Amino acid sequence: MSVSVQSAAFDVAFETAELTKNAHGIGAVASFIGLVRDMHEADGTSSNVTAMTLEHYPGMTEQALEEIVTEAQQRWKLIAVRVIHRYGRLEPGEAIVLVIVASAHRGEAFAACEFIMDFLKTRAPFWKKEESPEGGRWVAARDEDESATARWMDRR
Amino acid sequence: MTLKLLYFAHLREALGTGGEDLAVPAHVTDVRTLRAHLAARGGTWKILEESQNLRTAVNQQMAGQDSLIAAGDEVAFFPPVTGG
Repeated sequence: MSVSVQSAAFDVAFETAELTKNAHGIGAVASFIGLVRDMHEADGTSSNVTAMTLEHYPGMTEQALEEIVTEAQQRWKLIAVRVIHRYGRLEPGEAIVLVIVASAHRGEAFAACEFIMDFLKTRAPFWKKEESPEGGRWVAARDEDESATARWMDRR
Repeated sequence: MTLKLLYFAHLREALGTGGEDLAVPAHVTDVRTLRAHLAARGGTWKILEESQNLRTAVNQQMAGQDSLIAAGDEVAFFPPVTGG
């Protein structure tokens, strides 16, 4: 397992190659890449987000991400996991988050990748502030994200 | 006892500070009493008691209102998280 919280951009091909290097028991790799959108969530129509700044809680963030990955490893048989989450100022189209899960078969990789993202959304201490021509605004938490996390609770 | 307090995101901006080291009186023993103690400063600080939507971490672990607090603890207050 490897978790990074960084301001620098990441290279998906490089990270995937590193994760699977010399691990020939891996038959499946599932990855998720989250990008900055130019659309404000509340109205859903106006494309006026010019950038966003991600703030986080150094120390707790890394710990929270490691706990989420550990939980995933207890639920599924995983061979390797890589999580990178960026902070700082990012513009639309830039990648914010990367989750790569490698396992013997695809079922575990798909499920664990989704599980890690669902918990990351509601448990990892990051906050987004959008910039728009009207000024800055903090992004509100979405109820859908809480429900996405909750649905894993009763299927251990 | 002295605590290390941290404030993040919207809360940090509203309070005008990212954190402080604070000596608290003996009746502050858990998250609930700490929030009340801070809210007693008045003004913007009242949101620490009034906000229904505030999260707390004690020593970097998510905590509830009844979580106990001891000398030297790091207590962070923040809005619901929005990463990913």
